[in-house]
Amino acid sequence: MKVLLSWLREFAPGIGGDPAELGDVLSALGLTVEETTVTGSVPDGVVLGRVLELRPHPDADRIQLVEVDDGSGKTLQVCCGAFNMAVGDLVPLARVGTVLPGGLEIARRKMRGQASEGMCCSEIELEMGDDADGIMILNDRAAAGAGPGTPLADALGLAPDVLWDLEVGANRPDALSVMGVARDLAAGLGVAFEPPDWSTAPSGPDIAESVDVEIVDPTLCGRFVGRVLRNAAQGSSPPWMANRLTALGQRPINLIVDISNYVMLELGQPSHTFDLGRVAGARIRVRRARDGETITTLDGVHRTLAAGDGVIADGDDEAIGIAGVMGGASTEIDAGTTDVLVEMAWWDPPSISRTAKRLNLSSEAATRFRRGADWGYNMERCMNRFVQLAAAEGAEVTRGTIDERGDLPDRRPLRVRAARVNSLLGTGLGATEMAGHLRSIGFGADPAGDAELEVTIPSWRWDTETETDIAEEVARLHGYESIERTVPTANEAGGLSAYQKDRRLVRDVLVGAGCYETQPMPFVAPGSLAAVGLPEDGVTLSNPVDDSESVLRTSLLPGQLQAVAYNQRHFNGDVRLFEIGHVYGPAPEGQLLPDEREFLAVALAGEEAPAAVAVLDLLTDALALPAVELRAAGLPGMHPTRAAEVVVAGRSRGAVGEVDPEVLEASGVSGRVAWLQLDLQEVLDGPRTRRRYRPVSKYPPSDVDLAFVVAESVAAAHVERALRASAGSLLADIQLFDTYRGAGVPDGSRSLAYRLRFQAQDRTLTDAEVAEARQRCIDETSRRTGAVLRS
Amino acid sequence: MIEGYEQAAVGAEERLAAAADLDAVSGVERELLGRRSLFADAKRRLADLAPGDRAEAGRRLNEARARVETAAAGARERLAAADRDDRHAAERLDLTERLPHTVPLSRGRLHPVTQARDRLEDVFVGMGYTVAEGPEVETAWYNFEALNIPDWHPARGSFDTIFVNLGEPEEVMLRSHTSPVQIRVMEKRKPPVYIVAPGRTFRTDTADATHLPAFNQIEGLAVDRNITMGDLAGTIDEFVRAFFGREVKSRLRPSYFPFTEPSAEFDISRPDGSWLELGGCGMVHPNVLSNCGIDPEEWQGFAFGFGIDRLAVMRHEIDDIREFVNSDTRFLRQF
Repeated sequence: MKVLLSWLREFAPGIGGDPAELGDVLSALGLTVEETTVTGSVPDGVVLGRVLELRPHPDADRIQLVEVDDGSGKTLQVCCGAFNMAVGDLVPLARVGTVLPGGLEIARRKMRGQASEGMCCSEIELEMGDDADGIMILNDRAAAGAGPGTPLADALGLAPDVLWDLEVGANRPDALSVMGVARDLAAGLGVAFEPPDWSTAPSGPDIAESVDVEIVDPTLCGRFVGRVLRNAAQGSSPPWMANRLTALGQRPINLIVDISNYVMLELGQPSHTFDLGRVAGARIRVRRARDGETITTLDGVHRTLAAGDGVIADGDDEAIGIAGVMGGASTEIDAGTTDVLVEMAWWDPPSISRTAKRLNLSSEAATRFRRGADWGYNMERCMNRFVQLAAAEGAEVTRGTIDERGDLPDRRPLRVRAARVNSLLGTGLGATEMAGHLRSIGFGADPAGDAELEVTIPSWRWDTETETDIAEEVARLHGYESIERTVPTANEAGGLSAYQKDRRLVRDVLVGAGCYETQPMPFVAPGSLAAVGLPEDGVTLSNPVDDSESVLRTSLLPGQLQAVAYNQRHFNGDVRLFEIGHVYGPAPEGQLLPDEREFLAVALAGEEAPAAVAVLDLLTDALALPAVELRAAGLPGMHPTRAAEVVVAGRSRGAVGEVDPEVLEASGVSGRVAWLQLDLQEVLDGPRTRRRYRPVSKYPPSDVDLAFVVAESVAAAHVERALRASAGSLLADIQLFDTYRGAGVPDGSRSLAYRLRFQAQDRTLTDAEVAEARQRCIDETSRRTGAVLRS
Repeated sequence: MIEGYEQAAVGAEERLAAAADLDAVSGVERELLGRRSLFADAKRRLADLAPGDRAEAGRRLNEARARVETAAAGARERLAAADRDDRHAAERLDLTERLPHTVPLSRGRLHPVTQARDRLEDVFVGMGYTVAEGPEVETAWYNFEALNIPDWHPARGSFDTIFVNLGEPEEVMLRSHTSPVQIRVMEKRKPPVYIVAPGRTFRTDTADATHLPAFNQIEGLAVDRNITMGDLAGTIDEFVRAFFGREVKSRLRPSYFPFTEPSAEFDISRPDGSWLELGGCGMVHPNVLSNCGIDPEEWQGFAFGFGIDRLAVMRHEIDDIREFVNSDTRFLRQF
């Protein structure tokens, strides 16, 4: 909402002082100042000029020569790049020596050989608007009596002013008006708020008498007020009104539309005008729409309505307006209009909100109705203002007022407990002090006993209805910054959950392993899941920002491969990346939400599968995961012979190995990528090994190296299990230290060399003991796995 | 009639089915389908036929040709698959062969947003808060309704929500703020509640230097007996000093959010004396407490929320937040 200082002062003449300080007061009241601009200031030297002659420039197509009368008695030649002027037009002329708002000083100069003795200005050059397309034509806007040589400020009735652009919350429909802002600011400054009274004596016949208004659905329309104007002028509005509308961001259109906008901006009440002669039967029925009913709105669009929308219908029961949202074309005022019916109504906010949203049709009026317009105090005042402004421009004000009622909000006086307000705010205000704050912004507030107030909520505060709402008003007027700051004492210890601590541990381990954490966006393009070998069953978005980001990922693989490819393309070489992020599986049967889980992925570009296994082993160790097994398996997106399912404590928890070379190729990745993906949530919430103390032996160990020839079909893990089982309790450690394929080892087999460390807690092992254990390992492992000791 | 090509086609299909390598396939193709092949010759001879016979003969010729072509493609596919199988077999690794593995001696990095999030969590944990999390895909109940934002509410539009094709239209969405976690926590746990909820949030913002459709927020919630607005201001003050430095001040300005009442925005002071808007806050709206089965006469609380990404941007003077999602190691290495 934009407001002008001068306009505010019409409601509270005591408002004054430094604009920056006033802005701070507005912000502290919750009307946050987003921008402050000084307006209406016209540089010295800009005067009205009259165009006497237009000639082409002999040597330039894009410039014309303008002969201008600047009132000095001689004619100036000005070179001008705009072509929207006609002979006789009044335009702003910046004389030589004028400094424009942008800092440009107008000098006498030659353009392609032709003298230019000044400059004709556009809106933007004078910072009086956004129009940069042509020179301002002021024929209609210049005050009577103004002519060539009149300073522009005088000709347009401009005076320096302050324009504030305020951010207004959805709970403050009243502050979408100059009057509402003035009321708050006056209260904040402690000066009187005195809105003017605009009643105008009617003169014409009682036409309202002949208009029949019926509120068919009282839940839609709480109040319908109407007046009739006769012979309203069709021309443009007076310059002072046009200037104010322009300053607040409304383009002047014609007198009636401008008055309607002016009253809405000034007082917050939208209005609608009908050509009464075109309202069938001079009859208005306010009702809900029939499903499929149609109307052509003022913007020329043919619209289909749905049951529940509010409409204004005529005597033939045809819709002639969408209630509170937009009027219809059929009753629009035009040059042939005699009688204008001015409507001001109070509409049920949820109804208007739903219709505006469904039709995707927002208007300044709908914005105010959605938030709850004023249903009481303001309506007559607004109608009086409308009538008075129209009368001042020659409209005839007819007698009689229509005032039909539907269901208005029920705002009974509210009992407010001072103690409750103080307890919410942390203040120690007395009931009288609270009452004073509330009265300063138009609430009724009477002490009821010592501890309570009886509060009457004004009709312009639709959103305000509870004790807590009242507490907010008290806080606002008391000043948020005046509330003493305290810190609550939580009686519980703060902390991270076990899951959150472990997740940090996982990240630290991975950073230690040289991996960079990434956070790609969780959306993928249609087809990207299929491209990495996954089912294309990701949940889709209804309104994606971009079509290439319209599917929710079910795996971290597409995003990580994209990241690897991005780094390769940017010559970052092979990268080590990881990500902890959510994936979203299809919604399980009977559930509305997708199967959302937190996953971990590690992508090691340029590495083979064992590198990913090594990372898994680091995590297994750090997290003390029990019984982690790798089961060779064909997994989607994974290399068919270099991938394994990760099984933790008997449950499948992810995949490790290498990404399928075909998937890599399709993803634009060169070289191999070692890959680990875990359902982090299940892993971290799953069982852990208890780290139980085992005394450190004081006796020396005996190491035994054993190399076996093992068929490729037997997993090394199987061999290791057999060795562990057969080595007995004296085994302290076991490590695979060499693998060999080639000469000396039969095809289809490989050699696996293990180092077994034997150690006892209570003695040095004898050679015989070690030899016996060794033999047991050999025999047992051969028996269980078919391994043959390599001699 | 044109003779001979039909038997040749059958023979070719057999040879293709048995082809042991790509050369054999190419040979058959050259012989039957090439420019000087049997089929080419047969096609030329169509012109000699009586016009009445030409159509039928042409159809049969094309059919036979298509059979050979299909057989050739099948053979190529079969050979490629065999080749792939051979390659896979040759590449087979037993992933349980765990030789000692040397990890490169270089440190990776935590994402700058994670670093900011961790620092925030640590400050609040120090102030007695626990860290709560919730799903990123939410229902209208958690994202809006329980937070006192009914379907017609004018504030709904301002969330620029990304909806998901599940349930009724606009029933399921990517959460547009972290506030749904307030509801999820209070539904499960009765007061006192002191939590912060960091996490990813989503809006229909086109990616540019200062916007991403996916970004991060942190939410705070304290519900206890006699929690006041003074407690809110004091808590924000304490957090601001702990996170930004002892010299940084905070201030509250009235604002509006449907889920808090009174509502405020909070600013932090900058060295030049100006103020920077950081986030929103307020006293938890009684309707929100009631929606979670908590009696607002017995319990009061405050909530606050702000963006995490922006803190990382400020700390490191990052001028294009798209780098957060690009995963470029030249960017990530700097933090």
